[in-house]
Amino acid sequence: MGEAMLPLEARALTVRFNGHTAIEDVSFSLDGAMPAVILGANGAGKSVLLRVLHGLIAPTSGSVTWSGANERPRAQAMVFQRPVLLRRPALANIEYALAVNGIGGAERTARAREALERVGLSHLAHRQARVLSGGEQQRLALARASALRPRVLFLDEPTSSLDPTASADVERIVGEIRAGGTAIVMTTHNLGLAKRVAGEILFLHAGRLVERAPAQSFFNHPRSPEAAAFLEGELPWSVSSPA
Amino acid sequence: MNDIGASLALALRLITGGDPSLWHVVLLSLEVSLAAAALACLLGLPLGALVAVERFPGRRAAIVTLNALLALPSVVVGLVVYLLLSRAGPLGSLGILFTPTAIVIAQAILVMPIVAALARQFVEDGWRDYEEQLRSFGVTPLRAIPTLLWDLRYALFTVVLAGFGRAASEVGAVMIVGGNIDGVTRVMTTAIALETSKGDLPLALGLGIVLLAIVLALNAVAYAIREWSAKHHG
Ligand SMILES: Nc1ncnc2c1ncn2[C@@H]1O[C@H](COP(=O)(O)OP(=O)(O)OP(=O)(O)O)[C@@H](O)[C@H]1O
Ligand SMILES: [Mg+2]
Repeated sequence: MGEAMLPLEARALTVRFNGHTAIEDVSFSLDGAMPAVILGANGAGKSVLLRVLHGLIAPTSGSVTWSGANERPRAQAMVFQRPVLLRRPALANIEYALAVNGIGGAERTARAREALERVGLSHLAHRQARVLSGGEQQRLALARASALRPRVLFLDEPTSSLDPTASADVERIVGEIRAGGTAIVMTTHNLGLAKRVAGEILFLHAGRLVERAPAQSFFNHPRSPEAAAFLEGELPWSVSSPA
Repeated sequence: MNDIGASLALALRLITGGDPSLWHVVLLSLEVSLAAAALACLLGLPLGALVAVERFPGRRAAIVTLNALLALPSVVVGLVVYLLLSRAGPLGSLGILFTPTAIVIAQAILVMPIVAALARQFVEDGWRDYEEQLRSFGVTPLRAIPTLLWDLRYALFTVVLAGFGRAASEVGAVMIVGGNIDGVTRVMTTAIALETSKGDLPLALGLGIVLLAIVLALNAVAYAIREWSAKHHG
């Protein structure tokens, strides 16, 4: 996957759903050097932004470019907030994703097994994916996405349904994936997770990119009142949806 | 009403006694209905799935047509197939009018829209859940069709059974294109119609009971499959 994909650039992105604005005039550029964490309250627009970047939603206006080109590169994957697993065994779920990406034969099986191993689910390889526990499903989804060896991996709330141990596992796995040369773009409203993982923070509030900063300075000295309120846990519900 | 009681007793004796003429009719019914359902599914499942996932010009027209086909009067289908297959018709040279093949064709035409319409509903609901995930993998809607048909296989199996049940209970079209020839194209429904009109109620009732039992069994199987898949496949 020698494709030159990065930087990933968002220019003046706006997304509206029948008049309701989910994302408004968001611009930034990601070079993938550090894990980027999109932080924000419920309904701030994190999932929508991730979908737009991944090419699943066309923005109402604005553009997403990869290394200057409009074309959507294949070497990217996403783990959804609510992953959809196919009605087949865990291993077969990973093999499916590899198959539709043109990876066959012995390599497919080897990569699928390796990915399952990495998330600690080898012993459940032949269990039906839909009967796995929520946390197991989330780890399987992570394994399935990482087996594609994407250049960029989008993670939407990857630890939202996990217990502390499983969360720590996911953090470790994400670290390994990153060490393998995959750029991470992740959303969360979990401050602890953001602190541990993020290289830089993109703070969304009511659909707007209110603040972008290196993680450390964001957490120590938030510049915007919204970010400060969010970090204090005092962001009122009422302002989390745009007027 | 003693008449009915006596007929019923005789019917049960025919069934349990393995009356060969009765079981021949039953077997032929099952064969042609199975073939018709298979043919209808071969076309109807992909067609229903296609309409469910693809946005193509004429999609609305296709949906309206499929829905209209649901209400096809079966005798009209029989008539059209008859005209096509009759000696003077465009397919007359095949010489299949009044054969089981003709019955299969007529039944398949009647069942295909049902299969397609039901499949469209199931696949459309499924696609809503799967679309983003599959598109994330780079799967196009067209490429998603086999995936969806396979992943929804338990739900779709009930569609197949519904198609089979519809085929097995068809009378009008089967009468017209099959001709109800004893030992050749006489199936349960046409035999029941004939025997009733002849006044041979025991045979008619016996066949009716078997047909009813088959339909009940199909529904029981469909239910069991749903239960089983929900438990084992989530
Ligand atoms: N397909 C859609 N149609 C209409 N509105 C939508 C759609 N998707 C998202 N929205 C709206 O856009 C806003 C942002 O949603 P989004 O899912 O991005 O929030 P989020 O920041 O991910 O929240 P959470 O932390 O709860 O996951 C919400 O108000 C949501 O209702
Ligand atoms: Mg979200």
